[in-house]
Amino acid sequence: MTTETAALLEPRREVGVLSLGDAALRWKAEHPGGRAIACYPVYAPTEVIHAAGMLPMALLGGGTTVELTHADARFQSFVCSIAKSSLELGFQDLVRGVDGFVFSNICDVARNLSSVWARNFSDTFVEYLHLPQNSTSSESSQYLASELRRLASRFAEAFGAPVTDDALRRSIATWNAVRARIRALYALRIDSPEKLPITEFFVALRAATRTAPEESLLRLDALLDTASRRTERPRDRIRVVIEGAFCEQPPPGLLEILEESGCYVVEDDLFLGWRWFTDDVSTDGDPFERLAVAYLDRGVASSTRHEGRQHRSLGVIEKVRRARADAVVFLLPKFCEPALFDYVLIKQGLEREHVPQLVVEFEEKMWTFERTRNEIETFVESMLFD
Amino acid sequence: MTAESTGTKDRKYEGGVHEKSRELMSAWMGEVGRAEAEHRATAALMISGNCVELLRACHVLPLFPEVTALQAAIRHKSLPLIQRAEQAGYSSDNCAYVKADIGLYLDGGMGPGKPIPFPTVTVCNYVGCNVYVKWFEHLADVSGSKLFMLDVPFLRTTEPSEADVRYVVKQIEELIALLECVSGHKMDIDELREILAHSARAEDGYARCKHLCKRTPAPFDAYFDAINMMGPINVLRGTREAAEFFDDAVREFEDLATRGVGPLPEERFRTVVEGPPPYPYYKSFRNLFAKWGAVAVQSTYSTVGGIWEWGFRHDPRRPLESIAEQMLRENLTNRSIVARYQQIKRYVEEWNADALVIHSVKSCRLFSAGQGDMREYFTKELGVPTLLVESDLEDPRYYSEAQLKNRIDAFFESLEHKKLVASGGHR
Repeated sequence: MTTETAALLEPRREVGVLSLGDAALRWKAEHPGGRAIACYPVYAPTEVIHAAGMLPMALLGGGTTVELTHADARFQSFVCSIAKSSLELGFQDLVRGVDGFVFSNICDVARNLSSVWARNFSDTFVEYLHLPQNSTSSESSQYLASELRRLASRFAEAFGAPVTDDALRRSIATWNAVRARIRALYALRIDSPEKLPITEFFVALRAATRTAPEESLLRLDALLDTASRRTERPRDRIRVVIEGAFCEQPPPGLLEILEESGCYVVEDDLFLGWRWFTDDVSTDGDPFERLAVAYLDRGVASSTRHEGRQHRSLGVIEKVRRARADAVVFLLPKFCEPALFDYVLIKQGLEREHVPQLVVEFEEKMWTFERTRNEIETFVESMLFD
Repeated sequence: MTAESTGTKDRKYEGGVHEKSRELMSAWMGEVGRAEAEHRATAALMISGNCVELLRACHVLPLFPEVTALQAAIRHKSLPLIQRAEQAGYSSDNCAYVKADIGLYLDGGMGPGKPIPFPTVTVCNYVGCNVYVKWFEHLADVSGSKLFMLDVPFLRTTEPSEADVRYVVKQIEELIALLECVSGHKMDIDELREILAHSARAEDGYARCKHLCKRTPAPFDAYFDAINMMGPINVLRGTREAAEFFDDAVREFEDLATRGVGPLPEERFRTVVEGPPPYPYYKSFRNLFAKWGAVAVQSTYSTVGGIWEWGFRHDPRRPLESIAEQMLRENLTNRSIVARYQQIKRYVEEWNADALVIHSVKSCRLFSAGQGDMREYFTKELGVPTLLVESDLEDPRYYSEAQLKNRIDAFFESLEHKKLVASGGHR
């Protein structure tokens, strides 16, 4: 790693390794009177949170940093890691500094966690959003706009932090800019994946989910600039799309193995909520309605949202084509029902298109990767030397 | 469970309610089997907070994949279907109800010319359960039927908002247009009102039956026997036959309650049961409680389709709005798990229960995720003796009789001891 890259990564690593609570406290120390709101890294209305003057943060569970001592008694063994370790963060006071949590109907476990969290930590702000699963009803956008307004009024009520239309329009513009930078970084990786390894990009994205968007813009710009100027020689690797890790993120070690075993990750669904819209959200008119329409019509394909207008596999097939990928690697979090169910339909779609695929299951506490390395190496070799 | 197996000749478990329920459900299954030959439009629907009345009013025959799945389990036929789906890529961690249903298709039991027809339309009443969305996406995919997503906002405030009701009512109107299109029958609002009047009568009967379990002894087991009423209330609701079924059920249970006859020779423990039953081992599981004289006087599973005991009824004067309100508010699955704690608390208090039994099933995270917290609440905060056991509602591989027996026996031994001490009978 060059000195330049190390310097670039350092602040991101620092933010990335802090506990959620410490990252919130650090931001609040720099922004007196500020508040922090956490939500799972799938879709969350970051613009509404930001427009209320608060910091939206991704709730990413405890990873390998926390031992389950309380959450295991609340949620059974067949429940995904991220739900349990998130709750554990609460029990171990590792989210001190986070003022509130916004959950939504991404899955049954997250839904139940929302109310269990509210019961166990009754002095914490908890809100549950119902995001529409019917994209085509004539009432869907009005309904979602009213749901976003409800969230804004809850912020006003709980924190005295009202969301004005103008503030929301400005937030939409800011987040449009963040998403545009992220799209540019993805475009760079599709074009020249050797210039920006997935492990480095993962750290940068993770940091962006814990940083104010204004600061993220500067960091993402710097990364784009640095990575673009790199002159690494492309290696003999296959180009893959990662699918399935939209909520519980894979351990960084697993991503490292993926690259070391001969893959360039050219598309993925990591931290999906931070790049949910495929293009800019309009900043004119009623901003709540604009966000609602964008959610319904310009959202990325996701296992957490029913998209009645196209088959679930088409979004992934489109990614494969756009990214000129050779294969799909399903990184499926253990016990994640949306990912496990969608796997079947996507797999069938990919088979019809003759796209090779590999399945790797993971848990956030996974720390040995040798067997996985073998599987990936075998898969890569079978493709490279076929 | 028969009286013989519990060593008494007082009464057989299979009463008139059981027989009549079986008869009505068989007649409906017969209709389902003939639907294709008779060119009848069909719609797949989910049990939870369903809007079956709309299908009836549009002359569309309802199909319930959950019922098909549970019938496969109770007849010990679910495992090969589940395995068939797993061979096709479904995970061992996916809901086994879905796998049994898709396995039925893969195994050749569903589709044109098969015992279970493909639905003409697939109506996903998304009422809380996210797996419903996946299930019906997959069902629509294999059957090639149009999928209508009836998105019901989760109850996240005390009452549904005006926007929630408006959103659901609009979708109901859009669904009616689709159903009219597939059946070729224009819905008559007066016919819908009549159907809803039948629904309200059945709901009233079901609620009265459940209130009768406040008596000691309870005239039926509100968990194991309630299944006989869940078919008529959830599948056949809106028909005259279902309404009459509940009139008869009330009469039968009132008679039993008056005579002091319960489902077991002696009611020694009154329980509230949370969670779906293990259908592959329904009777075995029941026996584990029956041997202790434990009778469920209330259960949450019996309210997945609707919570009727607090007084809500479909209202023929406000047809679409009351259908929307029932889907939004008056069923277990569209309420939070912590709201369920309050439902159970009322059951324990008003039905005078001794204990709570939580049957945690792997397949259904909607029910089970967080039941450990529920146990904490009831044992530590309310002091209600609580037993939590695990298996599955569909997959027999998760049922361990010996383990369950050990835990159930230990729990009731301890409960018996506490009762003895409380009554001063222990020295």
